[in-house]
Amino acid sequence: MSIDDTPKMSWWNRLAHPGQFVNWTRPLIWPLVAVTAALFALGLWFAFFNSPADYQMGDTVRIMYVHVPTAWLSQFVYGAMAVSAIGTLVWRHPMADVSMKAAAPLGAVFTAMALFTGSMWGRPTWGTFWEWDGRMTSTLILLFIYLGIVALWRAFDDQLRAARVVAIFTLVGAINVPIIKFSVDWWSTLHQPASVFRPDGPTMPGSILTPLFVMFFAFTFLFITLQLVAMHTEVRRRRVMTLERKAARGAGA
Amino acid sequence: MTGFLGVLRRDLRLALAGGGDILTLVLFFVIVGAIVPFAVGPDRELLARIAPGVIWIAAFLAMLLGLDKLFRPDRDEGTLALYRLADLSLPGMVAAKVIAHWLTAALPLIVASPFLALILAMDMDTYWRTLASLLLGTPALAAFGTFGAAVTVAIRRGGLLAPILIAPLSVPVLIFGVGAISPLGGPDQASAAMLFLAALSLMALALSPFAAGLAIDWGEE
Repeated sequence: MSIDDTPKMSWWNRLAHPGQFVNWTRPLIWPLVAVTAALFALGLWFAFFNSPADYQMGDTVRIMYVHVPTAWLSQFVYGAMAVSAIGTLVWRHPMADVSMKAAAPLGAVFTAMALFTGSMWGRPTWGTFWEWDGRMTSTLILLFIYLGIVALWRAFDDQLRAARVVAIFTLVGAINVPIIKFSVDWWSTLHQPASVFRPDGPTMPGSILTPLFVMFFAFTFLFITLQLVAMHTEVRRRRVMTLERKAARGAGA
Repeated sequence: MTGFLGVLRRDLRLALAGGGDILTLVLFFVIVGAIVPFAVGPDRELLARIAPGVIWIAAFLAMLLGLDKLFRPDRDEGTLALYRLADLSLPGMVAAKVIAHWLTAALPLIVASPFLALILAMDMDTYWRTLASLLLGTPALAAFGTFGAAVTVAIRRGGLLAPILIAPLSVPVLIFGVGAISPLGGPDQASAAMLFLAALSLMALALSPFAAGLAIDWGEE
């Protein structure tokens, strides 16, 4: 009698194979694209035609429907990156590496969009493109951290080593982000009164909240879709590099 | 423990014998501070108001400048590989490096800071507080900087990358460092900032050797 001691392949282990991962998740992409497009269509229709203009800010309030979701994503993507970093460090999961690498530029773009729309909104309502307000400052620093992580990824030749080092940096950054946020809040309340930049706007009525929620989900789904596509691209890029290396070795011999 | 002391002694001896690295760093610090009046004008009141910030920026930049010398020469000549092979804990080695970095790249700047205080028209009271905040805050900068150097040591041309990675993380140190000096927030705010600064330094000193040791271990093959 023999005991079958071959380990069972769990879905988690199977997912670690890049080809399997691509095969399994490829059917998800088109439904995700459809959901994202539908949510954007609904959200934009609400935002442009079916929500009231603010009685103080007028039509500029509609910038909020892009600004708030991208600002939320700027933090959510860092969270996704930190979770992937734990996956890299603890389980050495190959797909966690790929997910971490795919998320960094996406996070940088969402953060830049939040800053850009924020300053577009700030100009007509506060009268300035930029103010050293606590939230804006910490978002700017978050953008710098994202760009630093992208630069770190690009500086390594060997992507496996890069993944582990970037994972450590991402986690150290994750510890630091709340400290930065706290210190910046402390600093800007010290230097300027928090009167102008926290206007007690109208408490949000449902007519504004509905489009905001729809846009919020639209952007989150946009991130998930882009993340998946970027992961597939990264898997293929690695395969191309391996094939090129193999071809070069064959040509040399 | 002997390994820790050995690394510390070796780094200090190299820095002291190494043909004026420390002097160059101090010169850089003094020159950055001395260039500011040319840029903003020799108005004594304005200079006195921005002097704590100027000294902090100059120290920050000077410490970033020295990062590339922390691990790269060791890696190029193979000492880092020996550290990894030897029966020596990497966090302990990094802790020795942090201390050596602070002694050779931060302490000389603090010693030179009275000169900048003099030409930037600081008054005595502000200077004492600047001195205290530098003493409390630069260990955090040294710890963050060592971590940045450890993360980028495996990259061949990573010299400029460490400052870019570390600068955003160092923002709280600058905020609390200058906040501990400036009388804008009143004395209780300043002492709160001083406590936060000390907390940051302690936390960074305690955690960075482990993170940096891990980065060195996993960045090499």
